[in-house]
Amino acid sequence: MQWEVVIGLEIHVQLATQTKIFSGTSTAYGAAPNTQASAVDLAMPGTLPVANEQAFRYATMFGLAIDADINRRSVFERKNYFYPDLPKGYQTTQLAQPIVGPGHVDIRLENGVEKRVRIHHAHLEEDAGKSLHEDYHGMTGIDLNRAGTPLIEIVTEPDMRSAEEAVAFARKLHGLVTSLGICDGDMSQGSMRFDVNVSVRPAGTDQLGTRTETKNLNSFRFMEAAIHHEVERQIDILEDGGEIVQETRLYNGDRNESRSMRTKEEANDYRYFPCPDLLPVEIDDAFIDSVRAVMPELPDTKEARFKADYGLSDYDAGLLSNNAATAEYFEATAKTGGDAKLAANWILGELSARLNAADLTIRQSPVPAERLGALVQRIADNTLSSSGAKKVFELLWNGDETAVDGIIEREGLKQVSDTGELEKLVDSVLADMGEQIAQYRAEEDPKKRKKLMGGFMGPLMKASKGQGNPKLLNEILQKKLEG
Amino acid sequence: MHDKTVAELARDLEQGTVSSVELTQHFLDRIRHEDTRYNSFITVTEDEALRDAKAADERRARGEATPWTGIPFAHKDIFCTDGVRTTCGSRMLDNFVPPYDATVTTRFRQAGAVCLGKTNMDEFAMGSSTESSYYGATLNPWGDNLVPGGSSGGSAAAVAARLVPAATGTDTGGSIRQPAALCGITGLKPTYGRVSRYGMIAFASSLDQGGTMARTAEDNALMLNVMAGFDPKDSTCIDRPVPDYTATLNQPLKGLKVGLPREYFSDQLDGRMAGQVRAAIAEYEKLGATVQDISLPNTHLAIAAYYIIAPAEASANLSRFDGVRYGYRCENPKDLMDLYTRTRAEGFGEEVKRRILVGTYALSAGYYDAYYLKAQKVRRLIQQDFIEAFKSVDIIMGPAAPTPAFGIGSKTDDPVKMYLEDIYTIAINLAGVPAMSVPAGQIDGLPVGLQLIGNYFDEARLLNAAHQFQQATDWHTLTPKG
Repeated sequence: MQWEVVIGLEIHVQLATQTKIFSGTSTAYGAAPNTQASAVDLAMPGTLPVANEQAFRYATMFGLAIDADINRRSVFERKNYFYPDLPKGYQTTQLAQPIVGPGHVDIRLENGVEKRVRIHHAHLEEDAGKSLHEDYHGMTGIDLNRAGTPLIEIVTEPDMRSAEEAVAFARKLHGLVTSLGICDGDMSQGSMRFDVNVSVRPAGTDQLGTRTETKNLNSFRFMEAAIHHEVERQIDILEDGGEIVQETRLYNGDRNESRSMRTKEEANDYRYFPCPDLLPVEIDDAFIDSVRAVMPELPDTKEARFKADYGLSDYDAGLLSNNAATAEYFEATAKTGGDAKLAANWILGELSARLNAADLTIRQSPVPAERLGALVQRIADNTLSSSGAKKVFELLWNGDETAVDGIIEREGLKQVSDTGELEKLVDSVLADMGEQIAQYRAEEDPKKRKKLMGGFMGPLMKASKGQGNPKLLNEILQKKLEG
Repeated sequence: MHDKTVAELARDLEQGTVSSVELTQHFLDRIRHEDTRYNSFITVTEDEALRDAKAADERRARGEATPWTGIPFAHKDIFCTDGVRTTCGSRMLDNFVPPYDATVTTRFRQAGAVCLGKTNMDEFAMGSSTESSYYGATLNPWGDNLVPGGSSGGSAAAVAARLVPAATGTDTGGSIRQPAALCGITGLKPTYGRVSRYGMIAFASSLDQGGTMARTAEDNALMLNVMAGFDPKDSTCIDRPVPDYTATLNQPLKGLKVGLPREYFSDQLDGRMAGQVRAAIAEYEKLGATVQDISLPNTHLAIAAYYIIAPAEASANLSRFDGVRYGYRCENPKDLMDLYTRTRAEGFGEEVKRRILVGTYALSAGYYDAYYLKAQKVRRLIQQDFIEAFKSVDIIMGPAAPTPAFGIGSKTDDPVKMYLEDIYTIAINLAGVPAMSVPAGQIDGLPVGLQLIGNYFDEARLLNAAHQFQQATDWHTLTPKG
């Protein structure tokens, strides 16, 4: 049987506010455990929450970016359950009246097909602390630094039909929230965490199958693998005549395994009710307008501009615009380098490969945009050959602090582009290659002629010690051979 | 010296006839000698009090005194006090020393008042007799083996026994007014949002309100001057100017429109209680007030709605007492579930557990609409009753409690009987309006309270009406023997 996969996502996005959602405590990552936990965060008796206005600004900004309804009145509720890293014994979250109503995000798949993913809603809530089960000799350590960090939880409709689509959506969303500046996007630190709801159904049917939820995936790679794993698991069960159990599952990315965490029957009754310590929050048009006024350029707008202003392809423009840091780096490189396409090629090619290999973000690049721009400039004006450019890049990557022009000078990488000089060089090389010249001139198949032509270039480059401008050498050579 | 009011003591301090250290020592001595009978204090902070008194005298010498500088008083043990144990009457917090002050605590501290200690209360303010305290029952100074009411029974008894001239209280369903009535003192529950709840340990967040307890309306006004006002740390606290509540105490009551709700004077009201309340209202007529019958038609629904909403909120508010971060923790828990269940089973008393169970049930899937949502609808109807009534009257009057003080243990085996103690006070919390209890008679030698209910933020008018009554009567000056 042909199976259709149906995927919906719930994404927790940590908001990049300076302070927590209901207290004035810092949200900075990486402090010593429990040093960023105030009396409010610890849920000491009598303490009360006060909502952080910036969290509402960021949530509103997200809503505007996905073309959603911004609810003028939103209500925090208490979601009751006991857990050691949940200090109050309830999570303060939004349920019936979230701040962001229905919206949508458009994605483009690798085959170029565009698709719209509907957003059901997005709500504000507080993050829990962390339970640390290792290094405590059978006990559990509690770190409440994260408790009270503002989150928006974004809930999609079940609109994705493959792991590829889900990942394309996740990447797009990552680009969106980082471009807006409302999230630092650092998935390794848990700034974005994905829960995937997966079901399968016979192709061509309308009714949704029973779904499972796999929680807390914190990389695109794990998310993709977890979906593949879950789809296979469900299809195997169904094809063996079994039934899918509605449950929450945990995926182990290192082993590519998953296990049941709890079934629907074991699910908590969270006993939601409106939080009496926080009045409903009402926002007005002036507030929304003030957020709109400071909205940064959205990735889609940026992509269109990159295509129009720099003549980039859909693919390059898409890749460069989806990440705010990459887009910024690209524009700075293009500005210094003067040749935007060349700048794009270097960023998406050599630089990306090196950054990936070293597990660095573009913000951490050892080569600043201005220096890559200087390199691009020297490639564009033929000062550097491609092999020379690679050498310079290597030196820049390894921290050579000399200016690009200085490196070219020092390393003797300047291309010879003097036609007179190059003609002499071609003449002297060809003088010893009479046999090959005759063979070339006798050949009639253009493909074979081209190949034979290549046989001259090697000795020419060697004779120029690699400094001859290959394009000019080629032109001169062709002229001489055609005679 | 201990028979004087706050206003009188403030004048003495100002005139230099007594120092704060002398006053403080005097009241501390009284507590040491007398409170063995009443158990109105959980903690007495002698060292801190004498230190603060000394600082108050120095401040006065520098010419920086406020009306409260150097005045001894006490806090109900529900207000967090930095560095001083705050128990909320519970074993759960027997070892809890907060590293912060409640906003109410801060305001008295800033005014220079001298806190002598923390008063006894029903555990987590759940009760109407101060019998559910982990620290034992408080006794009413007016009789043998009688309850002082509750939950602010420690504050009420301490003021009645003249161990302090004033004490803070909190009122979720009557916890200031009913003990004030039973102990023959004057107590005020302000409008919800008038006094910050920050650092006041929560029972039912949408109903809890800190307030004042003293012998006279004037002293209540002096207390409210310190306590009232906006606090950015409490989202439900209202940003609205605070008048000087003493400024309007002496306004004449001529033309004051008093409403008597038919529902408060039904056949169910004890005949002698009705007689006392009516006599007090007749006094108001002599003072120039006009009286009319009104109706608060949804009064009969108040107790039912309250005993859904308050436990529901409490069930979540008390979840933080889990043995993980502070407070009581059971011995040698074998796993997480054991830690939770034994900590809470051993740390909470019966009434607290009962209300957590009721509240948890009321919020459970499948019951939420029938209980919690329905109760919220009733609450709006009750609010509407008061809004309507205040279109035609200035103050509503009735009994504060159905009976005078009752015997220790006489209602502890029947929770519903105990809940009915608050039959005349609960609707006021559901509506959020301010109300007072003023001493207005006696039955068999035990004090009776007249309840005055005002419109939202109309505390000044209530205090004015109470003060004028106290100028014309002397019920508030009667003191228990001993």
